[in-house]
Amino acid sequence: MRCAAIGRRAVLAVALLGAVAACEREDRRFKELPAAANRETGVRVSSLEPGMAQQQAEVKSPYQENAWGIGEGKRLYSAYNCAACHGVNGGGAIGPPLMDDKWIYGAKPDQIYATISQGRPDGMPSFGGHLPTQQIWQLVAYVQAMSGQVKATTAPGRNDDQMGALPESRQNPQVPIQTGHR
Amino acid sequence: MVHLQSVIHPAGIEAARIGDLWWTMFWICTAVWCAVALAAMVAIGRGRRAAAVDLPDRQISRNVAIAASVSIVALVALLFQSVVTGRALNTLRTPDALRIDVTGNQWWWDVQYENPVAGLRVTTANEIHIPVGRPIAFNLFSNDVIHSFWIPNLQGKIDLVPGRRNELWLQADKAGVYRGQCAEYCGLQHAKMALVVVAEAPDDFERWLAANRAPAAAPVTPEQQRGKDVVEKGPCAMCHNITGTLAGGRTAPDLTHIASRSTLGAGAIPNMHGYLAGWITDPQAIKPGNRMPPPGLSSDELQAVLAYLETLK
Amino acid sequence: MSANDEKKARVIERDARLDIDTLTRERERLERTWANGRGMIAWLSETDHKAIGRRFIVTAFGFFTLAGILAALMRTQLARPENTFLGPDLYNQIFTMHGTTMMFLFAVPVVLAMGVYLVPLMVGARSIAFPRMLAYSYWMFLFGGIFLYVMFFLNIGPDNGWFSYPPLAGPEFGYGKRADVWAQLITFTEVSGLVVATCLVCTIFKMRTPGMSLNRMPLFVWAMLITSFMVIFAMPSIVLSSTCLILDRLVSTHFFNQAEGGDPLLWQHLFWFFGHPEVYIIFLPALGMMSEVLATSSRRKVFGYSEMVLSMTATAFIGFGVWVHHMFATGLPQLGQSFFTAASIMIVIPTAIQIFNWIATMWTARRLQITVPFLYMASFFFVFIIGGLTGVMLASVPLDRQVHDTYFVVAHFHYVLIGGSTFPLLGGLFFWFPKMTGRLLGNRLGQVSFWLLFIGFNLTFFPMHLLGLDGMPRRVYTYPASMGWQNLNLLASAGAAIIFVSLLVYLVNIVVSLRHGAVAGDNPWGAATLEWATSSPPPPYNFAPQPTVASAEPLWHTELTPPPIVGLADDKREVLVTYLLDAEPDHRYPMPGPSLWPLLAAIATSIMFVWSIFQAQGVVWGSIPIFITLIGWFWPTKGKERLEHGVRGTMTASESLS
Repeated sequence: MRCAAIGRRAVLAVALLGAVAACEREDRRFKELPAAANRETGVRVSSLEPGMAQQQAEVKSPYQENAWGIGEGKRLYSAYNCAACHGVNGGGAIGPPLMDDKWIYGAKPDQIYATISQGRPDGMPSFGGHLPTQQIWQLVAYVQAMSGQVKATTAPGRNDDQMGALPESRQNPQVPIQTGHR
Repeated sequence: MVHLQSVIHPAGIEAARIGDLWWTMFWICTAVWCAVALAAMVAIGRGRRAAAVDLPDRQISRNVAIAASVSIVALVALLFQSVVTGRALNTLRTPDALRIDVTGNQWWWDVQYENPVAGLRVTTANEIHIPVGRPIAFNLFSNDVIHSFWIPNLQGKIDLVPGRRNELWLQADKAGVYRGQCAEYCGLQHAKMALVVVAEAPDDFERWLAANRAPAAAPVTPEQQRGKDVVEKGPCAMCHNITGTLAGGRTAPDLTHIASRSTLGAGAIPNMHGYLAGWITDPQAIKPGNRMPPPGLSSDELQAVLAYLETLK
Repeated sequence: MSANDEKKARVIERDARLDIDTLTRERERLERTWANGRGMIAWLSETDHKAIGRRFIVTAFGFFTLAGILAALMRTQLARPENTFLGPDLYNQIFTMHGTTMMFLFAVPVVLAMGVYLVPLMVGARSIAFPRMLAYSYWMFLFGGIFLYVMFFLNIGPDNGWFSYPPLAGPEFGYGKRADVWAQLITFTEVSGLVVATCLVCTIFKMRTPGMSLNRMPLFVWAMLITSFMVIFAMPSIVLSSTCLILDRLVSTHFFNQAEGGDPLLWQHLFWFFGHPEVYIIFLPALGMMSEVLATSSRRKVFGYSEMVLSMTATAFIGFGVWVHHMFATGLPQLGQSFFTAASIMIVIPTAIQIFNWIATMWTARRLQITVPFLYMASFFFVFIIGGLTGVMLASVPLDRQVHDTYFVVAHFHYVLIGGSTFPLLGGLFFWFPKMTGRLLGNRLGQVSFWLLFIGFNLTFFPMHLLGLDGMPRRVYTYPASMGWQNLNLLASAGAAIIFVSLLVYLVNIVVSLRHGAVAGDNPWGAATLEWATSSPPPPYNFAPQPTVASAEPLWHTELTPPPIVGLADDKREVLVTYLLDAEPDHRYPMPGPSLWPLLAAIATSIMFVWSIFQAQGVVWGSIPIFITLIGWFWPTKGKERLEHGVRGTMTASESLS
């Protein structure tokens, strides 16, 4: 009986701890993010700087560790027809591939956000103002997932479609290289 | 109770047949329950008496056999009626039925009226008009997960399974407005995936169909024009379609004739000015988790958009 | 056939060892041999089926309480239209957790647990077969439940309903790990269930006391036998389908992906091929308990023994042929559906025969005793039958097409599960509580809790029939005020509060009676079966000497009882293995003592299961600790060591009796 009591207390403790430290991966935050998430100003699209590089704190995108956000990003990727230029699984078509390690305008979340929001020369439309901020961040997280930048346990599984490339959760992480425009 | 979505208030031939089956089964089952409950109570009463006379086993066996035989007869009768009703449900199939394609999405209904001539097809969402007294054939598809199409006053339900086409036949025999609801758990907002079916006189139906074939009404006042601009330039056009404008999205309900519908958000709220304003401002407050994000319009833009959308009859 | 003459037990007509002094000495020795010691390690190494059975029951009722709290939350949310007490995400997780807990962590484990406790006693065996495996199954059940609830508190609780249909639960639409948690819980509980079923089948077939031929087995033992076979045939189906779901989500297989040759409906077939027998697994043991209590209350054996056995067997067989009635709305071909309508209607007949036989039993009772257990059993005739009849309605395809996935179905399955299983279970618990604990439960509190439950249950679930007919679907976190459903929903929520109070009263009854209840003798109800031939609670070795029987009601026909069996050792753990049909003695079989290996193996298995939903290699690397623990488990031990186990701590007989 005593052991059962200890066991019960242990389970309760874990439960309370869990309620406090609930898993970020499984949060579903339906409402708009706070304005602080809109970090478009000061985004550098080149890795060249005059003099010493100013240290930028490693920022994570708001949905980088949120499976729901990445899943929504995947849904939006096909809903907004990104696949038409970037390929169904990010393999590239007339637009550059998104599942490889080459990033023209930078692989950091802020840089990806700026790319989607501002548009880029030679064909990337500017979605700022056409998409709500929350959805752009979800797309950012999904773009990161396509090249294996998010944890495998957070990345989405396969589509309920014909099998193209490996699903994002089985994608090997591609270490980003900033290539610049060619 | 308002009986807008009721199994036992049929308004169509199929639901009426099922309703008849229901009442037959109900009365027979009630009789069976009463008989068994009575037998149990009598048995308990009899068993409690001290000097109960023992019945010979043969007699008990005979009684049990009689009871079992009566049960079997009742069950076979119910089975028979069930099969007969099931077969009768297939008699609506006619070649001149009205064909409507319904595609289930999380969490709204895409409705397309078929027509061999492409220009005569009608696309709408969450609200279906049908003529009274004519067989309707629904072709049912799903874009994502399993849903279920159910209008209780008119017919039983059938699932919308991705990768399959399921067919549902029904006919409305009484004009009226009926409510249907998704009946297969499909995620966060399964509870608010309803649809409205308006059964009307054939003439009224043809008028409605013709009106819905037309492209969106042109804006008249400057505010309506401004509203149209906001719709085309802002987030709305990314998902919604308004035929005749630059809003050509296909992933959300068609808004070409939004003002003629009676509900918003797949039956979540009535389609009235205040509700529409609330929906556009923050759809997540009304239907949390649904696919429409807050578009982030300023209050001027909102008023303009409202003015424009309310012209889209 | 045993080759060794020495191993054959002897049946002796008159034996000097049967006098009272010899018997007392033998019992003291047996007490030492079969005792399990005290302390944490002894508690973790327990292999006594009675202790494990009690643990199973207590743990299952713990989960029942958790699921009940979840139900209370749901009813609070649904008491008013457009209520904001729970948001959709939390509500969806809660109804999934409620169903999953009730079906996998309460209903099946608790009925199997009643079997675990009672079956060896009822068949006159000293132990259950494979006691260490039984301990392993308990730990797997406990760890599975803890795993599920810890995940729930971490917001990774499953949210796709207790049957988790893909594509909603599939890789594209089931975000995160929630569906994987659900699928792996299934694996935990199904492993546990399969193990218990195996233990029960072996005990019933091979360890019945001499004289207990198959036609003298208590009806409860028959029920547990048939249930165990159903478990063995049904559970692999869901283990298969849940594994396929995890594979689809983790390593991109296409079992349920129609674009690559799979089918979402495959899940439904595989799930319901398990899911329908599952409810009969929950139901059949309750029928067994009904028979025992009704026979005792009526002071006569249940009428029509063979018909009862054949009815339960027929129910089990037909139960495997009705699963498509859960899929009538999916658009399957009509002819096939009609077959399942016929089978679903046919399955009523065996149960109806059982009901008529029970009524006949009560009708010809010799002064029927209206005890609290009897009340719970009698309510079956009023409650379960409503559920059974709505089941006949649901068996009809046209009607099912209207009320499928509405509150009509919710009402139906609560009527059959609670009316058909929970009411008899609570009655059975009341009936066997004195045997398990040595104390009788309070009669007045028992009556109060019964009537509150009866009233509360009907108040909660009867209105749901009407709600379903009025169009309210299942699994909705709210409903519009304009539909007019609020009054019935409020009524149902009020009824739920009454159910809560009734269960609280039952719990209070248990807590109070454990300390202050009337001390129970060996046979406080005057029942007929063998478990009442030993003390309350039974000693660790169950029986000494080994009883033999010549009747299906041994305690009512003591004049027929043959002499007991002697020859089983009292310095090592031994059981008597008998032949299947007529239970003639075959040979003596050594039983293992307490062991930590089941716990260690369960820990290793749990680690592998949890790991493998996050990483596919978890299956491979996680198997290594399992392999190691199994080696430890099966390491051969010599006979002498078992003696050591038996006298751990060098207790005296008087210490161990407390």
